[in-house]
Amino acid sequence: MATNKNSNKGVSRRKFLVKGGLGTLGVLAVGTYIFRNPIRRGILGKVNSLEMPYTDNTDKPMIWFEITSDNFIRLHSPKMEMGQGTFTGIAQMAADELSIAMHRIKVVHAASSTGNVDSFATGGSTSISGLWQPLRELSAMLRTMLLKEASHKLNLDIDQLIVEDGTIIGKGKQLTFAQVADGVDEWVVPDSPVLKDIKDYKYVGKPVPRIDLEDKVFGDPIFGMDAQMPNMLYGAVVRSSKIGSVFVSADSTTAEKMPGVVKIIHEADFVAVVANSMIEAENAKNAIEVIWESYDNLNTKDIVEIMTVGNGSSTIIQKKGKALKEKDNSLTMEFRTPIGAHAQIEPNGVVAFVKDGKAIIKISTQVVGLTRKEVAQRLDLDVEQVIVEPTFLGGGFGRRLHTPHAVQAALMSKAVGRPVKYFFSRKEEFQHDMFRPPTHHVISGNLNEEGLLNVLEHEFVSGDVGNDSALIPGFLPPIIGADIGAIRGGFIQYTGIPNFRSVYWHVDLPFATSWWRSLGLLANTFAMESFMDEMAIRAQMNAVEFRLRQIADDPIGIRLKNVINAVTDKAKYSENIVEGRAMGLAASIDANTPCAQIAEVSIVNHEIVVHKVTVAMDPGLAVNPDQIRAQCEGCVIMGISAVLYEQMFVENGELAPTIYGPYKMALMKNAPKEIDVVLLQGKDTPGAVGEPPLGPIGAAIANAVRRLTGERLTQLPLKLPKYI
Amino acid sequence: MKISFIINGMSKIIDVEDENTPLLYIIRDVLDLKGTKFGCGKAACGACTLHVNNEAVRSCSYPVKFAEGKEIITIEGLGNRAKPHPVQQAWIEEIVPQCGYCQPGFIMATAALLNKVPRPTDKDIDNNIINICRCGTYYRMRKAIHRAAELSAESSSTSFKITD
Ligand code: FES
Ligand code: FES
Repeated sequence: MATNKNSNKGVSRRKFLVKGGLGTLGVLAVGTYIFRNPIRRGILGKVNSLEMPYTDNTDKPMIWFEITSDNFIRLHSPKMEMGQGTFTGIAQMAADELSIAMHRIKVVHAASSTGNVDSFATGGSTSISGLWQPLRELSAMLRTMLLKEASHKLNLDIDQLIVEDGTIIGKGKQLTFAQVADGVDEWVVPDSPVLKDIKDYKYVGKPVPRIDLEDKVFGDPIFGMDAQMPNMLYGAVVRSSKIGSVFVSADSTTAEKMPGVVKIIHEADFVAVVANSMIEAENAKNAIEVIWESYDNLNTKDIVEIMTVGNGSSTIIQKKGKALKEKDNSLTMEFRTPIGAHAQIEPNGVVAFVKDGKAIIKISTQVVGLTRKEVAQRLDLDVEQVIVEPTFLGGGFGRRLHTPHAVQAALMSKAVGRPVKYFFSRKEEFQHDMFRPPTHHVISGNLNEEGLLNVLEHEFVSGDVGNDSALIPGFLPPIIGADIGAIRGGFIQYTGIPNFRSVYWHVDLPFATSWWRSLGLLANTFAMESFMDEMAIRAQMNAVEFRLRQIADDPIGIRLKNVINAVTDKAKYSENIVEGRAMGLAASIDANTPCAQIAEVSIVNHEIVVHKVTVAMDPGLAVNPDQIRAQCEGCVIMGISAVLYEQMFVENGELAPTIYGPYKMALMKNAPKEIDVVLLQGKDTPGAVGEPPLGPIGAAIANAVRRLTGERLTQLPLKLPKYI
Repeated sequence: MKISFIINGMSKIIDVEDENTPLLYIIRDVLDLKGTKFGCGKAACGACTLHVNNEAVRSCSYPVKFAEGKEIITIEGLGNRAKPHPVQQAWIEEIVPQCGYCQPGFIMATAALLNKVPRPTDKDIDNNIINICRCGTYYRMRKAIHRAAELSAESSSTSFKITD
């Protein structure tokens, strides 16, 4: 195999000027008005540098690419494939810049041992946008390196050579990339790779099929749950079903004697079983008697009480003009959203093997770097001794931004000297999720004589999203004063309004909440866009006009107007009820991607039925329009599930339900029969895609219900009152 | 005890200590066929759907003893790259999968539905395809199910025998 991997000698190291747009935290960048406090503004740059244009290893093609002797290219992706289509997008980009057919690019998850480790995470809808510039540059560099080498081997000048589908051709002679690379052990990395003109790309911009399509349709063993190692045992960790439990002690006398049990492991903070089979491990686990300290008397109503605007501490995240003084002429509404579960179908799982001071971890994770660090710390190893081999993810949605089970499996493996596979039961998935936080919103506004908003105020409280995350350095939240995840979507986007403010409240919850696809966007947009619609009705103005007139004419405002206009045209928006169906409109901006949606809704047997959703989104340059559509469709359906059905409860100190079904989710019958997607391109680089379409869906449905029934629903999941 | 069945066209005899062991564990961990997925273990998600005597079964909750003497088909035996089953072909044409984890279960459930109802209506689909997809691929799945029905009709004389 010809590979250019171990040839770091002779490399002229250089750094790219990384351009690219801002990723998930783009919302912070949009708001030049936030963090007026100079100290806060001072650290804004640091906040932004946590994510975005991809900055790890952007100058060494050799750790990204391998060329195999059959002239295929292996692209080691530091970003994980969790369904969002990143592998396909980056293969398109690399194929175009390398001038090779796409089927010759095989994308694999970069194991940490390859050196291509993302020190942050796969998430925040930043994979394609963040890699757009660096990956094309890396690919162009590799093409230049191969051309240079070919010119030696063929004895021709570089400008006598052309590249065609992975083959370098000149004067009747030709060499494949593999032939060029064969035997070369020193490469010179060029300083300034010349990128092709986007017009000349064959794959970028086209709806090419996903490259992992066949693996997924024929059932290939590609997921973390499918991973195994020779001589593997199975582990199970005892977990308390009560919220806030602290492990005190455990009696495992009975469990030790049960069939198949290899070892019971007592660590300072947990107890676990290793057995010959999964079932034996589970059975023995259930026989261990553990004493916990926990909260017993907590119920949903307590959580609702805690989660109320006015509790805890507040930070003004956005402000213009004056505050609302008298509330006489104004409307104030409250909105609530519940605790949501990730409910990804593949449970969290891992296979770990620790031996001779080395650890191998096979896992579906969104955080390769963090997993490696945590295992190394707990087992007292150097990070280099911990090899994380990521797999495909059976859904991410933010659930796998924290993978402490890798540490537990590693400790189990170390104790038995054999590989151990450990995964969560479904009950554990539901009770030990890092949930979407519940929220409460109080929104007020008043209208001027023209029927436009004079003042708009949004105050909201949310459980933590990023504050407690291992991904966010602990020093940040206190300085910023706001949770960078919870505030997503919490800003006023109608900045043409003369006076507005947005205030974030922070309270602590007794259980963990964190990143759930789109973070605060789903809840915040539901509340704000429901309120806007109610105000439009009060103003007796068409909902489209009411919005358009209050959006400022700055670049993002213009893009927002464009998606609203596009969705209105496409869906033929009307405020009339036709054949028992009404339309509802809502729009949001997330990570610099504006999105507007119109839901067509009717009531059938006292249930809200969503027949059609039209989406207009401007994600900038569309690397793969088909996959962007797929993300829109997926967000619409996941959003319908969240806003119509999903809700976790707290019952006597336990989170419930613990199984699908009782945790009601959208099924095939609940998905709209029509989803129409219009894509706009309001900027010339790719932007965020995987989360922004989750913004409008809740309010779009609620607004349609309002127009259909006169009833303003203010709580998720949306439920019709009995009399309708 | 010994249990014998035919899986993807091959006869197997397996030795189990507990005849109530779910078929899913035997298939994934003993026979090492990883295409059938574990999602919940409680017959609540459908990720583990396979065919027993041509019927869709949630194998996580199907004791292996019931498989005695029966014919099992998993995603690996439904079709392959050289000869995809019409449902798999339709799934490829419509570019259905996102994360992919639920997909084998849906494909098996759809293939079983088409065995019984060759031209399912939207209602038939709603009533019979009740697995869960968290990525929300239902919209494309519905199109793919109708497409699969067409493809099956086109090749209706050719039956999809298991090859191994
Ligand atoms: S794993 Fe069998 S139905 Fe969920
Ligand atoms: S494709 Fe991810 S759960 Fe269905």
